[in-house]
Amino acid sequence: MRALTKKNLLILSSIILTFALVQVLFMVGILNSFYEITIATICINIILAVSLNLVTGFTGQFSLGHAGFMSIGAYVCAIISMRMGSVGGFIFGMLAGALAAAFVGVLIGIPTLRLKGDYLAIATLGMAEIVRVVFLNLEITNGAAGLNGIPRYANWLWLFLFTVLAVVLINNFIKSSPGRACIAIREDEIAAESMGINTTKYKVIAFAIGAFFAGLAGGLYSSYFYFLKPDLFGFMKSVDILVIVVLGGLGSLTGSVIAAILLALITTFLQSFTAVRMIVYAALLVLIMIFRPQGLMGSKEINDILKFRFRNKDEKIE
Amino acid sequence: MLEIKNLSVHYGVIHALKDITLTVNTGEIVTLIGANGAGKTTTLRTISGLIKPTSGEIMLEGKNITSLSAPQRVELGISQVPEGRRIFPEMSVFENLELGAFLRNDKKGIKQDIDMVFDQFPILGDRRKQMAGTLSGGEQQMLAIGRGLMSKPRILLLDEPSMGLAPLLVREIFKIIQEINQSGTTILLVEQNASMALSIAHRAYVLETGSIVLSGQGKELAKSSDIQKAYLGGE
Repeated sequence: MRALTKKNLLILSSIILTFALVQVLFMVGILNSFYEITIATICINIILAVSLNLVTGFTGQFSLGHAGFMSIGAYVCAIISMRMGSVGGFIFGMLAGALAAAFVGVLIGIPTLRLKGDYLAIATLGMAEIVRVVFLNLEITNGAAGLNGIPRYANWLWLFLFTVLAVVLINNFIKSSPGRACIAIREDEIAAESMGINTTKYKVIAFAIGAFFAGLAGGLYSSYFYFLKPDLFGFMKSVDILVIVVLGGLGSLTGSVIAAILLALITTFLQSFTAVRMIVYAALLVLIMIFRPQGLMGSKEINDILKFRFRNKDEKIE
Repeated sequence: MLEIKNLSVHYGVIHALKDITLTVNTGEIVTLIGANGAGKTTTLRTISGLIKPTSGEIMLEGKNITSLSAPQRVELGISQVPEGRRIFPEMSVFENLELGAFLRNDKKGIKQDIDMVFDQFPILGDRRKQMAGTLSGGEQQMLAIGRGLMSKPRILLLDEPSMGLAPLLVREIFKIIQEINQSGTTILLVEQNASMALSIAHRAYVLETGSIVLSGQGKELAKSSDIQKAYLGGE
């Protein structure tokens, strides 16, 4: 028990330290507004990647529709915060957007999660396209022109808070009994069912939680970048998120976090080489996949690796 | 305890099980033998609820369970050790056993039963933190059986526990199956290794292309000339 609280204290203090460090760098002016955009992208991508990892990495359900859930959260949050025009409205919009995304997740999950592998991928891809076309044709979303002038409440503090919230909650879910059931489904669906796990139920739960946090990320996106159009949430957006998850390692939350940071940094540094940017980016991805096909972290978390180091040391002392 | 009446299963147009009727009494080891594709695994999966039958009834202690889902059947005391072991490879031995008790809420009882499994299979106790995927075939089979016992089943369905194991290990596994039976669990055993299965079974059914063609006492069937010829390599 004591080890547990000690570990939690360590995690809490490193979270606060990270926040303080970035905050100080902002105030001193080492990180200018250009880097602020990079950091916001990192936060939003972490939430997206971690939530997709729950669905694809931990539950083993290959989804290509994450951008669809993100767009639902983004539009709902934008519309609500434009009407209410206060921080309260922004928070309310975020929650409403996330819940709407989760609701759509359940609605779509129940029929499609009976499908497996590539069939599920195509079904989720279709779902995201339907969502995009709906937003393209609705009046309240202003169609292809998109929404402009969304009040900008999301700042570094909110982004950081929601990112930490997403990672901690999803981590807790994975460690819980329903989370174990999800991992069992990934490992062997027939065996999981033989153990008495209601596989459809847990797949839908994972899908809904994934959609909820994707919606949250969408809300943050709309508020931070104060401009939305349906094209932002096309097929490529879903692929971008999937790339982060696969690169970090399917089934590793810290892997997703590291990959989200790494990819954002690479894109930022490559911005000065406009002509060859995408070539270098793609080449890097290919290289990483050749040398680390299981992703940067495999299915391990960073503390698994640290624990292993410590254990080795202990054994040597003995 | 378990009664199957006129059970039929179709895979598309293929008639996999034709009008099967069989009974398992409390405390028995009953074995179902037959060649590849005879329908042995299909029978077990239909009993555990992974496959829906087209007609027929499955009764557990007088209660009709034909329309219940697989998890509901686990709750009623049917536990299946699937063919090919199907342990969760990237989870530890301990976590595999915990998942076997997924529907139970008594933490203390679960802990006791995990210790019981470790008593039964000491090698699993030694490797409780090891990833299950790194165990040897025999150890994986032990883990699969131990995991099947974690739901405290009244009847344990074993699907080819000897598959891919060395003869010495097969003997050990069958000894363990007998021990589990003696401690009060009814067993329905599906096997290709007919001689081993018949040697420990109280009663046996022989399945051929979806129908039961023979049934009787285990030891008697082992002596019958038809069985000798078809499954035991006798002349």
